[in-house]
Order: sequence, then structure tokens, then C-alpha cells
Amino acid sequence: MIIEVSGLRKDFTVTTKVGRLRRERTVVSAVDGVDLVVGRGELIGYIGPNGAGKSTTLKVLTGVLTPSAGRVRVCGLDPVADRTTLARRIGVVFGQRSQLWWDLPLGESFELLRHIYRVPAAEHAARLRTCSDLLDLDGFTRTPVRQLSLGQRMRGELTAALLHGPEVLFLDEPTIGLDVLSKQAVRGFLAELDRRGDTTVVLTTHDLADIEKLCERLVVIDHGRVVHDGTLDALHTRHGSRRTIVADLDAPWPAGQTVPGAAVTAVEADGTRVTLTLDGRAAGEVVAALARIVPLRDLSVQEPDIEDVVARIYRG
Amino acid sequence: MSRAPLALLAAGFRRYSTYRQATFAGIFTNSVFGFLRCYLLLSVAEEAGSVAGYSGSQLVTYVWLGQGMLATVNSWTPLDLAERVRTGDVVADLLRPIDPLWTYLWTDLGRACFAVLTRLAVPLGVGAFAFGLYVPDDPLVYPVLLLSLVLAVVTGFACRYLIGLTAFWLLDIRGLNMVWVFFSGFASGLYFPLAVLPEWLSTLLWVATPFPVLMQSSIDIAVERGGLGHGLLVLAGQAAWALLLLWACRVVQRRGVRRLVVQGG
Repeated sequence: MIIEVSGLRKDFTVTTKVGRLRRERTVVSAVDGVDLVVGRGELIGYIGPNGAGKSTTLKVLTGVLTPSAGRVRVCGLDPVADRTTLARRIGVVFGQRSQLWWDLPLGESFELLRHIYRVPAAEHAARLRTCSDLLDLDGFTRTPVRQLSLGQRMRGELTAALLHGPEVLFLDEPTIGLDVLSKQAVRGFLAELDRRGDTTVVLTTHDLADIEKLCERLVVIDHGRVVHDGTLDALHTRHGSRRTIVADLDAPWPAGQTVPGAAVTAVEADGTRVTLTLDGRAAGEVVAALARIVPLRDLSVQEPDIEDVVARIYRG
Repeated sequence: MSRAPLALLAAGFRRYSTYRQATFAGIFTNSVFGFLRCYLLLSVAEEAGSVAGYSGSQLVTYVWLGQGMLATVNSWTPLDLAERVRTGDVVADLLRPIDPLWTYLWTDLGRACFAVLTRLAVPLGVGAFAFGLYVPDDPLVYPVLLLSLVLAVVTGFACRYLIGLTAFWLLDIRGLNMVWVFFSGFASGLYFPLAVLPEWLSTLLWVATPFPVLMQSSIDIAVERGGLGHGLLVLAGQAAWALLLLWACRVVQRRGVRRLVVQGG
């Protein structure tokens, strides 16, 4: 297992003013007993509302923050004690921070990273070519980083994080603030990375489309605790998300009519449109049953909306 | 030696070489103040024969080397470090396989190399052309002076890095930085040669503080004050301060990182 976390806790002390001179110190747990095991080559989505402890977890895993309690191993190393050794084996992108040199052209940042990580020139060139092809960097490698657009910079950040061939890639909101095209570029790139299978990716995001398109496995954290660890489907099942069928009918829906295996949740357009919520039965059976009741004109099956499920979890 | 230090040095050099207008403006300002200070000191020397034991051409070197070193040691400009601690960007520095102390040091040395070629060389040339600099008798002074300049930059860097590190506790370093700017000017020999101070005070500054190492040391070596033997002693003092302060940076950084709370999640 490339990442092993058990019983991880991270407390922060918050000082608040009470009266004129007295200060009260309270301990807040940003992460409160997280267990997490990630295998080599997995791509997991690590999500949760603002302040749930996502970034804190990532900072502990990368060795920037010292855990208050618990055991953490990344690539077999203790992140805090072996931070500089671990740095050669992981890549990190913080969507809201930059690891590039502000005043230098993007290409020079890459060159500098080659020396800092002591990457053999041929390996560096090969990885840079791959990233450049997938992320279309050619147009702006000579532009100083401070003049890049956010989308260009983020593509540069991803490349910078991968040039030393890391075993684990930590991405903290890599699509934040990007336009649709840049988001697609980043997602496409991560999907390709996942297909190759030699890099483990831990992705935090607020953009649930990222999760839907990329992550087999989803870890949801709330108030510092893991509230779900499994596939997206398992999340839907557990939280009662259902598929729905919307049918346009040739004749009005008979009032009070029921359908086996589904609940009628809405009747609209003078009874010629019904919405059925499936209780787990296959859509084909329900559609067949529906067709026996009234003639159908048009039909669509809708997958459950991930936003709704997640919002339900966040609300508690 | 690995290539990373050289690459960082080159990056620091290039970074500052992109700011051409600022470089020209800096050279101009330093030169104007050089003329003012030079005329002032030379007029005092004309009355008294010398100022604190510095003769005419020694005073010219004191002024113009000092004007150039002001930009080379760069005491007045804090390092990015404090701002990066405050905003949390320091995380990116900590996630590199090299200790940030060395990353910042090599980058700052690159900056200093650029400053030597522009903001030190040009005012020195102006001073030489307009007034005539002191010419050392012993050619060994030149290599010793070069080493002394490097140590002045390293010591100045270590001081600024230490101040930057206090951001791990204070978050806002402006107050401390003001105190530093005051002392690094007054006690390094920028405003007046330290020898004009009462002996007990100048001795105290030389022995107990790193400030003279930032400027007065190199100037005294350049004008052969006390001869080369004394110059080597001064150089040894600079090396001692540089090492001591770099060690202090390491110790303080370790403690700072341990208590790090990254701002803004």
C-alpha cells in the first residue's frame, strides 16, 4: 500500500479574545481520526465541504504539517521526518498556490526543477514531451509565469509536478477557477495518467464533475472524519439515490395508478408526463410495465445526481 | 557538486536581470547619493586632513564601494520568505527535495552576482572616474576583497532569512524589519565609518554584532586599513559570523516548521 493512514488527528489551537486582556485558547480538530489506505496506481477522489479537513490531510500526507496523533506512511516513509526524501517521490499541485518561478519563463522553471530533483536529462525531456503533447504547452513555454492565464498556469503546474516521475500525485483543487476547456484538458490528462496506471493520484475537488469523470473510488470527509469510502454507486445506494424515468405519454396518466418497482413522483403537462423513481429494479422491467398501462411517446432515464447525494451528506 | 546550486544561482541572476528599469533607477540613485556623501566627507577631510584615519582616496573608496555594496548586500529589501510564510506559499518551498535555506541562499547569491555587475560596478566606475579610488599596494587585497564581498552577502542573507523566519511566529515582520534596517545601516558603516564612534562602542559592534561584517569589513580590506594581516583577521571574523548565522537559520527554521500552521487552508 502506497499510502497508509490510521487514526490521523490534527488539532489547531485557536486563540480568541475574551474581554480586554484575557484570551481563551480552544483546540479545534481539523482532522479527527481518519483512516485511509490507498494502493499503488489508484486514483481516489477526496471530497468534503469547506473546512472538512481535506487540505489539512494532504498537508500531513506531504509532510508539511505535523500530525497531532496517528500513524502516517507514504511510500513507506514518515512524511514529516523524511520530508525532503519523500519530496523526490511525490508530486503536489495546490490549485491556489504556485510552485513555479513567478518571474521566469515556464520552460526555465521546468529546467530548474530538473536540476533540483536531479532528473537525468533524457528522462526529463521524455516526460516533458509527453506532458507537452497532452496539455498543449508549446504556445507558452517562453512566457514568464506571471503573464500566464490561470488555465495555462495550471497546465504548467501539473507538468512541473510530474517531471521527476513521482509515485504519488497529490492534487488539491486542480480545476478551481478554470474555464470549461481548461477543465476538460486537465481531466483528460488525469484520465490518461490513470490509464497508464503507474502513478497514484489523490484528488481533492469541489467540482463533482471531476469525480464523476475520473474517480472509481471516493472518500468523503466531513468534520474531520471519513463518512464514506467506496465507489460512487455505493454512495448512491447507501444514501438512497435513485434513478428516475421521465416518460411522455400519448394518453393522460390514470389518477392513482401505480407501477410495480417504481414510485410515481410527479405527473405534469395535463397528465401526459410522469416521473417515476426506481427502487433498484432494472429500468427495462419498469418501462415494460409502464407501456402496458399507457402508450409511450418518449422516454429518458436519468442517473442520480451526484451533487444531490453529496449535498445530503454535507448537510448531515 | 550537484548542479542544483548553479541552476538556482543562474535563476536568481536571470530573475533580477529582467528588471532593467529598476536597475537603472537604482544605479542612478546610488550614484547621486554617492556624490553627495563624497563631497561632504572630502570637505571634512580637507579641513582636518583625514576622517577617523581615512585619507582622501580611502574616503572615496569608502563612499563608492559602500554605495555599491548597499545594493549588493541588499539589507533594505526583505526576502520573499516572510511574505510566503504569511500567505502559506512557503508550502511549495517545503515540498522541494532541497532545504529552503539553501534554495533561498543560492538564489540570493545569483541576485548578488547580478548586483555586482551592475549596481556595484557602475557606481565604482563613476567614483573612480570622478574622484579616483584608493589603489591597494598589495595585489593580494583583490582576492581577499572578493571573498569578503561573498561573506558580506552570505551574512546579510542569513540575517534577512532569520528575520523572514520570525514570520512563523509573528506573521507580520514589518516592525522587526524596521529595527533591522535601522541597525544594519547605522552599525554597518553605511552612514559613517565605524571608526568615528567612541572606541568602546565600535569595539562592541565589531565583536558582538554581525553588522560591521555587512559593509565596513570589506571597505577596510579594500583600503588596506591596518594592512593585509588585519584584513585577514577581519575576513576570518566575517566567515565566523556567516557560519554562525547560517547555523542559527537552520535551528530556527526547524522549530518554525514544526509549529507551522499554513494560512488559508
